[in-house]
Formats: sequence, structure tokens, C-alpha cells
Amino acid sequence: MTPAERPLSPFQLGSIYKLQLTSVLSFSHRATGVGLSVGTVFLVWWLVAAASGDDAFAAAQWFFGSWLGLLLLLGWCFAFFFHLCNGIRHLFWDAGLGFELRTAYASGWTVVAASGVLTAIAFAAGLLVRG
Amino acid sequence: MADQRLRSPLGRAIGLGSAKEGVGHWWAQRVSAVALILLGLWFAASLVALAGADRAAVAAWLHHPLPAILAILMLVAVFYHAALGLQVVIEDYVHSEWLKLSSLVAMRLISIALAVAGIFAVLRLAFGG
Repeated sequence: MTPAERPLSPFQLGSIYKLQLTSVLSFSHRATGVGLSVGTVFLVWWLVAAASGDDAFAAAQWFFGSWLGLLLLLGWCFAFFFHLCNGIRHLFWDAGLGFELRTAYASGWTVVAASGVLTAIAFAAGLLVRG
Repeated sequence: MADQRLRSPLGRAIGLGSAKEGVGHWWAQRVSAVALILLGLWFAASLVALAGADRAAVAAWLHHPLPAILAILMLVAVFYHAALGLQVVIEDYVHSEWLKLSSLVAMRLISIALAVAGIFAVLRLAFGG
């Protein structure tokens, strides 16, 4: 049987679908999830380097202290807090709570604000600890 | 939720629904998510505290049983949760059958390999690497 040539996701983006906070956050949840998954490769590198020896660990620490490393860490920091906060929002929905339009927007903006604030706190604390 | 009157008693008992896979994947994603709220926050806070640390400080951190146990639990939950999530992303956006299948297999194998590597590293540090 030949499958019908139907348009497949995400064909609507841009041309038909008007972006709104709720859909941007929904898409961002996936995007940050994928980004964090890529980040696990670097996390395991860091752990294995620590288990391997001083030279390997110094190389990993040098990378994470470089401009590229810090930029990536900032991105993963935000991705982590966003995925965490929005994930909790999803868990409330799974429990059947917060589906009203006003509540969905309020929780959405709360997620945006909370992930921004938590990222700033965590990253600033990290820079402070590093000295 | 489908109208229960429209389902056969057998279909209801098996509980697999139209996708023939049931809610196992959905539940596993949620259970690992709940675990990661606490484990993720603890691990993120630990990483912040270790910013710029030398190898001895990381080894000393994981030398205690509780951080080592939590780190291993975190790694298990992270890679389980990530594999479940990436599976859905691949299934949704990769439309060529062979590419979808090979991506799914590669993603699973890489997830397992990374999890084992991370857990081994934690154990080595825990037992005095």
C-alpha cells in the first residue's frame, strides 16, 4: 500500500500557524530537552575525565572555562531550568490542573520568569565560586 | 479518554489502546521526570559548588556514599528520561522509515553507552580513583 502524501509535522510553522506563548513554550520544551541530551555527552566527558586523571580533567576544566565552554554552560543552565520549570507545568496538566486559558498563560509567563531568574542566580553563583 | 462503552472488554483489560503500546512510555517519562526534579536540582547545585574545582575536589565530593549514590541515580534517571524523550522527537520528525529506525537504535545505544560511562566514572571516583 502506498501511503498518502499528507503534509507531516511541523509543516504548519511559519506559513499557517500563528505563534503564541503557549506553543512557543511547548516547542521550546522539546528543543531544550534535545539540547540537554546533547549536553549529557559533555557531562559524561567531564565525569570520565575526572575519573581518568589530572591531565584529562584539566583539559575538560579548561574547555568549560573557555568562552565557548562558558557560553555552552550558560545555554545548558537556562535549558535545564526552563525544562525543569516547564516540566513541572506539564506535570500539573497531567494531573488535570491548570488548563484554563488564563491559567495556562499565567503559568507560562511564570516559567519564563522563573527560568530566567534561576539561570541568573545559578550562573552568577558558579562564576563567584570559580573566582 | 475514549468512551468506555465503545471498547471491548478484552481491549479494556489489555489496555493498550489504538497505538498498541499502552501508557507505559508515558508513565515512565513522568516517573523519571518526578525523580529528576530533586536529583536534577541537587546535581545542578553540586556542579555550581564545584565550579572551577580541581580533580581532587571532585573526587572528594564523590568519595562520600550519599553523593555517589545520588549521582548514579541521577545518571540513570537522566539517560532513561532523555532516551524516552528523544524517541518521541525522532518518531515525530523523522519520516523516512529506515532513517527513523536507525536513529532510534543509534540513540538508544548511545544513551546506554553514555550512562554506563558516567556511572563507571562515578564509581571509580567513589572507590578512590
